[in-house]
Amino acid sequence: MGIKVNIANVSKTYGDEDDGDFVLALDSVSMTVEDGEFVSLLGPSGCGKSTLLYIVAGFEQPTRGRVYVSGRPVAGPGADRGIVFQDYALFPWMTVLDNVAFGLKLRGMTARQCQEIAREHVALVDLTGFENRFPHQLSGGMRQRCALARSVANNPEVLLMDEPLAAIDALTRNTLQEEILKVCDARAGRARKSVIYVTHSIEEAVFLSDRIVVMTPRPGRILEVIPVPFQRPRTDATRLAPEFQQLAGHIWGTIKSYVRSREGALS
Amino acid sequence: MGPPGDGGETVGTTAARAPRSRSRRFRRALRSGGPRLVRFVLLPVVLIALWEASFRLGLLNPVFLPSPSRILAAAQQLVLTGELFRNIADSLQRIAIANLVAICTAVPLGFFMGLYRPFEEMMDGLVNLIRPIPPLAWIPLAILWFGLGEKSVVFITLISAFFAILLNTIAGVRSVDKSLIRAALSLGATRRVLITKVVLPATLPSLFTGFRIALGVSWMSIVAAELIASSSGLGFMINYYRELLRSDLILVGMLSIGIIGFAMDRGLQWLERRLLPWRVALVL
Repeated sequence: MGIKVNIANVSKTYGDEDDGDFVLALDSVSMTVEDGEFVSLLGPSGCGKSTLLYIVAGFEQPTRGRVYVSGRPVAGPGADRGIVFQDYALFPWMTVLDNVAFGLKLRGMTARQCQEIAREHVALVDLTGFENRFPHQLSGGMRQRCALARSVANNPEVLLMDEPLAAIDALTRNTLQEEILKVCDARAGRARKSVIYVTHSIEEAVFLSDRIVVMTPRPGRILEVIPVPFQRPRTDATRLAPEFQQLAGHIWGTIKSYVRSREGALS
Repeated sequence: MGPPGDGGETVGTTAARAPRSRSRRFRRALRSGGPRLVRFVLLPVVLIALWEASFRLGLLNPVFLPSPSRILAAAQQLVLTGELFRNIADSLQRIAIANLVAICTAVPLGFFMGLYRPFEEMMDGLVNLIRPIPPLAWIPLAILWFGLGEKSVVFITLISAFFAILLNTIAGVRSVDKSLIRAALSLGATRRVLITKVVLPATLPSLFTGFRIALGVSWMSIVAAELIASSSGLGFMINYYRELLRSDLILVGMLSIGIIGFAMDRGLQWLERRLLPWRVALVL
């Protein structure tokens, strides 16, 4: 197991230091993601977790520090880092199959290879039969499964997910969490995916992750890194286990005591 | 409350209940506004009937406002002599040329302005200086440059269509969802792929909106241009019959513009639904 993503001392500021609108979004954040590891960035809004994800994706530049993926410094967006957004970001003029095949076509594959891989991934997220539908004809959950298939089909080094289930209703969300684990799992010819997953749901982070990075806002910092020991595959039984509730409770306690001490310091 | 558009169909009505159910059906139809077609033509038909009636009662002076039947007769006359269609064809041809030229120039220009900030900043001052000038204010210059006739009219029409398309193209390029661009980049899209496979299709709905607005303003400016600078076309025809005090023939010209403009707009809407079926996603 090597290091897949290395976030080295990354800071991000917005505005001028002497200005009133100066924001220290990320303050010297360092962390790594192992090959095949599922890491969640957990924290309240404003803690910089999405900013950090976008820096790894290459959409934003760090003010200080560097991000390395498989040892190479990140210079901009690229196909080695797939992304799944909260708002799906499917191309509305393309069918499900064309959306999933978009990245494959850009890699110079033959039309037949594209079709084959795209269909395999459409099936993987249970969208068989919907290949020729347009995104607006699908439910929110189906759209997100399509977006997931599009990213995974492209076989990126690391998969970045920005609160992908925040807009999905609670009943569908649990199913989709299992779906995400299934899709990222090792399959024939493919190793398990490395994932950075941004969320503000403790339950979700505990269910999905190998490791949870708890972040705090203003400035965005890492408060604690918590390993999640539960075995895979994880199922509904995992959620009901007392250890699951215990860990979730511990994380909630950590965040709450931090917020308390912060408020105490302010008053 | 029945569902909207419900024609008021009642299943299993017995003969004895028929009259009551019919009145109920009527009331329900009225509440939902009746079937689409009825709702659509009701007001014009009522207005025309009132119009004709007041004429028959001697309330209207036919020189100022002729009766509908008189207008119909005038239309028949213009159709039979071929004058109406000749003028319509002339106006349509000018609109077609002007809009074609406008599309070929404004769409690429709008794309470049939308894509390249420095270019947009460079052009912005000039565009916004010329844009507020009404197309009609160009008529004197157009006549000086191109003389009376075809070229002047097309030029005036072109100016109005050009800005409608340009502004909608720029707005379309600007409003492309940032997530779509980021998703494409993370799937390995190069700049060229990004523009042809993402920005261009994402801009199509705005382009269609631009075309529809351009056609609308085309009719406004072409009539004015033809009033002054032409010896054919619907605008010319309207002005010609003003000199002859033939308000019935003037109204035939005006109504023709209304009908054609309406039909063209509906045609473009239909085309858009056919070509961009995914557009529903944006309306929702």
